[in-house]
Amino acid sequence: MNSTYFIELFLGGLTRGSIYALIALGYTMVYGIIQLINFAHGEIYMIGAFTALIVSGALAFTGLDPVLIFLIAAVVAVVWSASYGITMEKIAYKPLRKAPRLSALISAIGMSMFLQNYVLLAQTSDFQPFPELIPDLAFLDPVSNIMNTTQFIILVTTAVVMILFTLLIRYTRIGKAMRATAQDKIMAQLVGINVNRVIMFTFLIGSSTAAIGGVLISSHVGQINFYIGFIAGIKAFVAAVLGGIGSIPGAVLGSFVLGLTESFGTGYISSDYEDVFAFAFLIIILIFRPSGLLGKPTKKKV
Amino acid sequence: MLKIEKLETYYGNIQALKGIDIEVSEGEIVTLIGANGAGKTTTLMSISGVVPPRSGKILLNGEDITGKAPDEIVPMGLIQVPEGRRIFPDLTVSENLDMGAFLRKDDAQIKRDVEYVFELFPILSERRNQRGGTLSGGEQQMLAISRALMAKPRILLLDEPSLGLAPIIVQQIFDIVKKINEEQKTTVFLVEQNANLALKTAHKGYVMETGRITMADTCENLLKNDEVQKAYLGM
Ligand SMILES: Nc1ncnc2c1ncn2[C@@H]1O[C@H](COP(=O)(O)OP(=O)(O)OP(=O)(O)O)[C@@H](O)[C@H]1O
Ligand SMILES: [Mg+2]
Repeated sequence: MNSTYFIELFLGGLTRGSIYALIALGYTMVYGIIQLINFAHGEIYMIGAFTALIVSGALAFTGLDPVLIFLIAAVVAVVWSASYGITMEKIAYKPLRKAPRLSALISAIGMSMFLQNYVLLAQTSDFQPFPELIPDLAFLDPVSNIMNTTQFIILVTTAVVMILFTLLIRYTRIGKAMRATAQDKIMAQLVGINVNRVIMFTFLIGSSTAAIGGVLISSHVGQINFYIGFIAGIKAFVAAVLGGIGSIPGAVLGSFVLGLTESFGTGYISSDYEDVFAFAFLIIILIFRPSGLLGKPTKKKV
Repeated sequence: MLKIEKLETYYGNIQALKGIDIEVSEGEIVTLIGANGAGKTTTLMSISGVVPPRSGKILLNGEDITGKAPDEIVPMGLIQVPEGRRIFPDLTVSENLDMGAFLRKDDAQIKRDVEYVFELFPILSERRNQRGGTLSGGEQQMLAISRALMAKPRILLLDEPSLGLAPIIVQQIFDIVKKINEEQKTTVFLVEQNANLALKTAHKGYVMETGRITMADTCENLLKNDEVQKAYLGM
């Protein structure tokens, strides 16, 4: 086996893992705070990708620097997706806060179907090309056979997002409020935390990172359709469960483990089974660690 | 200071509070005793705004706080130490204290208040970087009270602070409650199943049975009352 191929697969795995991680954060945070599997979360990622596509299309004729167009498109995509996430919580989940969990789950599935079909109607089911806006970075030339520019950007952006995210959760007021709310919602209220605001903020952050993932993957793969959110959403969900749903480090770890497994699996075994690896791996891990890699065994309620 | 009128609270169709009246005056320690399931916790949760009542009134210093959200009530100085302590298990002792001061902005004074609670409970100072979930029951209760003090309470609601603790720790905690009441002039509304200790600590007492207040008197009189002695003091 040659080592260049190995490195290529390794970097490919990290790239996939990065995208999964950006999405999985939203799954795991929402689950941690309101114990809901937000099935429509993948759709937010897809909407992020489409928003960037539309915005960059609209700006294509302005003669602006493509990199600038890309940045504007990304920012608009993040803001727009975040507003979708917040609206979704308001209309589909908040009214069901006190209802059985199954009701909210069904509402989430409904939301997912609604958003997919809405984009399907608006954009057809055809794959649409995503413009190449980012010029090749010269310093990557020597290693261009193993890593291209968009991959590099995905890795760097994800690293930056993860660092900012960690700082937010660890040190800011809202981050502490999020942790407290996840640990004990009633006590959080008793110290004066506005739990509704924390939940809204959780959707805002989760949707933003998913949208960043959507924009990055579109520029990497070069084409998108209404269905990309469903596939990526399921994979990121698997990653979150793999790492231990509700755990933030778990979601990141699970994402990279999954990305690497898929990359090596398709590279060394067969690409026909690409999607099988994710689930096979999930099942194996859950047999030995039912609550995921970093998940807590069972929630203790005193 | 705190006045409750004809309060009724439901869980779904089940009525937990059937129209209760309670009054706590400024500077007092008032206790509410009653058997399991009487509705004591429900009373406190209704006052704090966590379980909104269906009817009746809650007045705090004359202001109607019925139906207000907990994050509106906390800054008014009504702070609860809930049943079972509810320490944030994955936050450190220091972070738990920070959460108590969540709505405060006066950082310098917050620092001094942390030092004050560390003086009250020196063990917490030793454990400051330890996760809350790893503390013993007694230490958790001390932390729960300290966290509440960090919110600068004018009235402190305590739900069974003696629950599951060794007598010596219980005594220590009750001494501190008395001290806070005397030195800081903090009003205390104390829910207890340990009726003996509660009635010896408080000035005034209420007895609750299945969602109703059945007796209200000074603690002195309640301690002498035949029914109270039989039902709650095991005499
Ligand atoms: N979340 C809830 N949902 C439904 N019923 C509840 C809920 N919480 C309490 N109850 C019911 O309301 C009644 C009063 O309960 P509450 O917890 O207020 O009693 P308590 O006096 O605090 O009891 P204890 O001394 O055991 O703590 C009980 O019958 C209880 O079963
Ligand atoms: Mg109780």
